[in-house]
Amino acid sequence: MYGANMGVLLQVLWAQLLMGWARGSELTFELPDNAKQCFYEEITIGTKCTLEFQVVTGGHYDVDCRLEDPEGNVLYKEMKKQYDSFTFTAARNGSYKFCFSNEFSTFTHKTVYFDFQVGEDPPLFPNENRVTALTQMESACVSIHEGLKSVIDYQTHFRLGEAQGRSRAEDLNTRVAFWSIGEAVILLIVSIGQVVLLRSFFSDRKTTTTRVGS
Amino acid sequence: MSLFSQIAFIALLCSLSLTRALYFHIGETEKKCFIEEIPDETMVIGKYRTQLWDKQTAAFLPSTPGLGMHVEVKDPDTKVVLSRQYGAEGRFTFTSHTPGEHQICLHSNSSKMALFTGGKLRVHLDIQVGEHTNNYPEIAAKDKLTELQLRVRQLLDQVEQIQKEQNYQRYREERFRMTSESTNQRVLWWSITQTVILLITGIWQMRHLKSFFEAKKLV
Repeated sequence: MYGANMGVLLQVLWAQLLMGWARGSELTFELPDNAKQCFYEEITIGTKCTLEFQVVTGGHYDVDCRLEDPEGNVLYKEMKKQYDSFTFTAARNGSYKFCFSNEFSTFTHKTVYFDFQVGEDPPLFPNENRVTALTQMESACVSIHEGLKSVIDYQTHFRLGEAQGRSRAEDLNTRVAFWSIGEAVILLIVSIGQVVLLRSFFSDRKTTTTRVGS
Repeated sequence: MSLFSQIAFIALLCSLSLTRALYFHIGETEKKCFIEEIPDETMVIGKYRTQLWDKQTAAFLPSTPGLGMHVEVKDPDTKVVLSRQYGAEGRFTFTSHTPGEHQICLHSNSSKMALFTGGKLRVHLDIQVGEHTNNYPEIAAKDKLTELQLRVRQLLDQVEQIQKEQNYQRYREERFRMTSESTNQRVLWWSITQTVILLITGIWQMRHLKSFFEAKKLV
């Protein structure tokens, strides 16, 4: 029993090491204004991949995105998108490139989140030569696992949306503070300025009255 | 080799090998920062591998000794959690103690690059957070779990992560509510203050001008 388990685990570990397991990369990075950031991923032919991105903070919350295959053909190109998801199957082996561009923006830098899933998630036990089908318990576990994965995915998107809302609210708060102080100062300057200007019209300078007369 | 040492060796290789991962290019003095918004008591494992651009062969060298990357991790209060120099290939890990946005910054520290290469460096990076850091085959081997037990363990880890995230969500929603209430208060007070200032300056203007005209004998 013990030896059999160990044997299975050994198989699993070697399989993991040799196959180059499927994976997903999820990163949030800052994109300064007028900048372009590219990421590359080595994909084998026939793998189903998904690229998902969302702009978290900055400006109008939009970014340009572009996905190219190893030959340079553009698979996906969108300008000024806030959120999108793109699924494709790799048609050839090689290095795929995807770029996010903030070149249209002059002074706002943006925070962009992206999630690039390559292939399906590896099964916990890659039992290709399984003799029996999954038991009821095991298939229940598998469906719960899939359900929880989608819950975690929803949570991530909710978190990003909330971060966006919170960043806007904090911006609004600082803007209200500055605007209140600024407007108070402007009010005082304008009202004092009006009085000073009016007084200057009635000053004791004879030059103005003579011009009016002629 | 005994079974256990074989497993240990493979597990070690698995944790270090980064044969295929996301990569990007970084300039010599450039600092690349990534943000991870995570709840507290969450483990983050980052693995990277660097390759240097060789002008002569116009390709990236498979591995170059002497390259180094400086990794700096800051917590949400901009306090430095981890600040270490690693070699050309490295693995860094930290656990968050406060929930929020942690910033992971990488920059190269070799100055010899610019002289020979034109300053381009390829960095393979893989950052895993929370339950993705768990290596299930390793756990199964260590705790001697059956297949079903391992699956249930994986589900338990996932549920724990969801719970932590929900808790963090509650904390952030509170912060958001405080910000909105502060904005609301500021707008309210500002409207009242502005009305009062307007009235006062209006009255002051009229009185001042009236006394001014009376002095000028125009009224």
